[in-house]
Amino acid sequence: MRNRMVKATGAALLALSEAAEAAYQWNLPTPVTRVAGEIYNLHLVMMGIILVIFIGVFGVMFYSIYAHRKSVGHKAENFHENIVVEIIWAIIPFLILIGVAWPATKSILNLKDTASSDITVKATGYQWKWGYDYLKGEGEGISFLSNLSTPQDQITGGAPKGEHYLLEVDNPMVVPVGKKVRVLLTSNDVIHAWMVPAFGVKQDAIPGFVRDTWFRAEKEGIYRGQCAELCGKDHGFMPIVVEVVSAAKYAAWVAEQKMKTAAAADDPNKKWNLADLKARGEKVYAANCVACHQANGQGVKGSFPALDGSRLVNGPRGRQMEIVLNGKRGTAMAPFGKQLSDTDVAAVITFTRNNWGNKTGEVIQPGEIRSARK
Amino acid sequence: MSAVIDSGHAHDEHRPDGGIMRWVTTTNHKDIGTLYLWFSFTMLLVGGMLALAIRAELFQPGLQFWHPEFFNQLTTMHGLIMVFGAIMPAFVGFANWQVPLMIGAPDMAFARLNNWSFWMLPVAATLLVGSFFVPGGATAAGWTIYAPLSTQMGPGMDLAIFALHIMGASSIMGSINIITTILNMRAPGMTLLRMPLFVWTWLITAYLLIAVMPVLAGAITMLLTDRHFGTSFFNAAGGGDPVMFQHIFWFFGHPEVYIMILPGFGIISQVIPAFSRKPLFGYSSMVYATASIAVLSFIVWAHHMFTVGMPTAGILFFMYATVLIAVPTGVKVFNWLTTMWRGSMSFETPMLFAVGFIFVFTMGGFTGLILAIMPIDIQLQDTYYVVAHFHYVLVAGSLFSLFAGFYFWVPKWTGRMYDEKLGKWHFWLSMIFFNVTFFPMHFLGLAGMPRRIPDYALQFAGFNEIASIGAFGFGLSQILFLWIALKVTVLGQGEKAGQRPWEGADTLEWTHLPSPAPYHSFDEQPVLG
Repeated sequence: MRNRMVKATGAALLALSEAAEAAYQWNLPTPVTRVAGEIYNLHLVMMGIILVIFIGVFGVMFYSIYAHRKSVGHKAENFHENIVVEIIWAIIPFLILIGVAWPATKSILNLKDTASSDITVKATGYQWKWGYDYLKGEGEGISFLSNLSTPQDQITGGAPKGEHYLLEVDNPMVVPVGKKVRVLLTSNDVIHAWMVPAFGVKQDAIPGFVRDTWFRAEKEGIYRGQCAELCGKDHGFMPIVVEVVSAAKYAAWVAEQKMKTAAAADDPNKKWNLADLKARGEKVYAANCVACHQANGQGVKGSFPALDGSRLVNGPRGRQMEIVLNGKRGTAMAPFGKQLSDTDVAAVITFTRNNWGNKTGEVIQPGEIRSARK
Repeated sequence: MSAVIDSGHAHDEHRPDGGIMRWVTTTNHKDIGTLYLWFSFTMLLVGGMLALAIRAELFQPGLQFWHPEFFNQLTTMHGLIMVFGAIMPAFVGFANWQVPLMIGAPDMAFARLNNWSFWMLPVAATLLVGSFFVPGGATAAGWTIYAPLSTQMGPGMDLAIFALHIMGASSIMGSINIITTILNMRAPGMTLLRMPLFVWTWLITAYLLIAVMPVLAGAITMLLTDRHFGTSFFNAAGGGDPVMFQHIFWFFGHPEVYIMILPGFGIISQVIPAFSRKPLFGYSSMVYATASIAVLSFIVWAHHMFTVGMPTAGILFFMYATVLIAVPTGVKVFNWLTTMWRGSMSFETPMLFAVGFIFVFTMGGFTGLILAIMPIDIQLQDTYYVVAHFHYVLVAGSLFSLFAGFYFWVPKWTGRMYDEKLGKWHFWLSMIFFNVTFFPMHFLGLAGMPRRIPDYALQFAGFNEIASIGAFGFGLSQILFLWIALKVTVLGQGEKAGQRPWEGADTLEWTHLPSPAPYHSFDEQPVLG
């Protein structure tokens, strides 16, 4: 009975929230997993309890303020102790708490149960993007990075903001509807958190450790979330987009990804010329480096060093290769060797050594990177 | 100078030299209390300006004023300055002024230590605020300075760490002083269970401080050596664990939030009976409730970390322990209401702030209960819902209780009444703008807006706009408070206050001392019957 009432109120509130203007989204998003649905109902029940207590407590308080004022001539009484009353109002909240702890406990046991999944995906937090590796189940072996795709001029106000401003990526995570997806979380640098509110999922991604969570989306659609743990400068600019599709569409997506991976595989022994490698390096730079070192290579004074005119970039190539591959401890410079292929590392180094005011004329071949990795 | 020694006992008019040296060298609890209060109010204004810089950026989507990294510095420093610079020292200021007056003691137990624990604070504040001007700027890792993000920061982080060390040392010395004063210098006849509730809450708070400030010092020292000496306490690559930092930090951090509210409970427990003209209901259960809250605060820390991926048993333990806190907190609220019930209430500014406190603090308590339910917390953790929750308990809780205490006791401190009309304006403006600022943040959090982001998606635009307008209103309302405070203290304007301007106030400072309380009070201890 109570459950049905909760559902009915829930549906009414949902309709209301959808009708409200988009700029004033005010409630938990419409749940598309069982866990999110449980959370939604639990929140409604809690709000109901709180509302009753609120009306009771403040009804008494405001009645007292109205009736027991000196200005209306109320004389103070002198009672100041009543053991029975005090014990009763300690016990009643205790019983209410036991009442809510029970459904919460059931829900926790459910949301912690990551066993027997159909698909396992590893999500890795990077400063400031997500990487997805499909580890088990249909799509095994697929691997890609997912970057914010909102153009910079929308952020700085040069262009009108699109509908999914800051919540859109170049490569979304794609999963089939109705399948249990286990997500393994880890990080390459600092702590991030992977959150998709419609799934009722939020899990920290901790460098050096693997944690897991799961969801089973019951409705096709595109679901959006953001990094939920402060992770540095562009914490607000690393969204999560999950596309839930039918089994057939998923199979097609998997096939397409496999083809792409095969096509993108570089011949590691190819000898590149400066122009081609620099052009490729510019793309790698835009996707990975520009957030800190800036498009003009000037960096941000005091926080991120300039590459234009940098001694390191214009000096011996070995030192620069080492820093790009292994990062620099104690700074935001990540070890990109773990994310980028030999060709991409070679390209981006070549690009930085031959762009802006830097004119070394050197071409770094992928083979050099391979041997630098050892 | 007025230091005419005409009689060995005429201490009441025996003031120290004027000028700056009076304040630098003073060992008088009233002077030091005043210093603490002005220091904390200054920091409140600094932290408030940072908050307005944050709200200006968040007024509309897009980046208008600040680079993202500077925005992160703003949120971080706003938190650190408000917690360690504004709220904590303000309560110590109240303890300095009021504890000796309320227990009938001539001064604090360790007068020179008292001077030192204050004068460390401006040094720490200089380091903290000055860190904005070093290369790379201030720390931008959030006030929780989670590793390993904090190991990435520039020298601003080191300055913040040193500032926290110094503030921690100051808090520990202040606490030792307060505990010793309370336990050893009470007037004859004032047994522990006859102490005013403000004194009780500070006794318990001081023990909390001594227990947890060293824990913070340990955590940030490990951070410092991770940063500079190649240790790996929080670095998985060297065998450390980033999550361990969070455990240690919140083992400090949760008691810390009660450090910032318990003395506020104490102030409210003095003000409500005074203006209800009726004794506090359930005195002893208030004492036991405060003590239980303090004990529970040590076993709930991991509810700040429900999303790190704890084992199920750990989650259940911390969830159950956390919801238990609602019981003693509920007892306190019920007791305040019953104190008001069938009283003879009047609503001068201190009472307005006290009633306002009960109203908004209880709302913060409700959202705390929501956040304690772990599955719901999964949705709300690190969103604006959390921001709304802790501002309801810290601004509308701690800050409103501080305002209530100021208006309540300033006649005793200065011998003059504050401007009642302006005081009421200050209350209503603060109350309204506070809710305009922070109530919409509940909706933002439910809708999934993460905290600590300089720019946001379009569905969050409406409520952010409202919150920013409220924030500027709230900030400007505090300028009015500055004027009220200046008028009654520095300018010495306002009606002369009698010894006992509040007819329901019955603690020693009202019954035994004139207004203003003489520079040296209780040279002879009063005897309680």
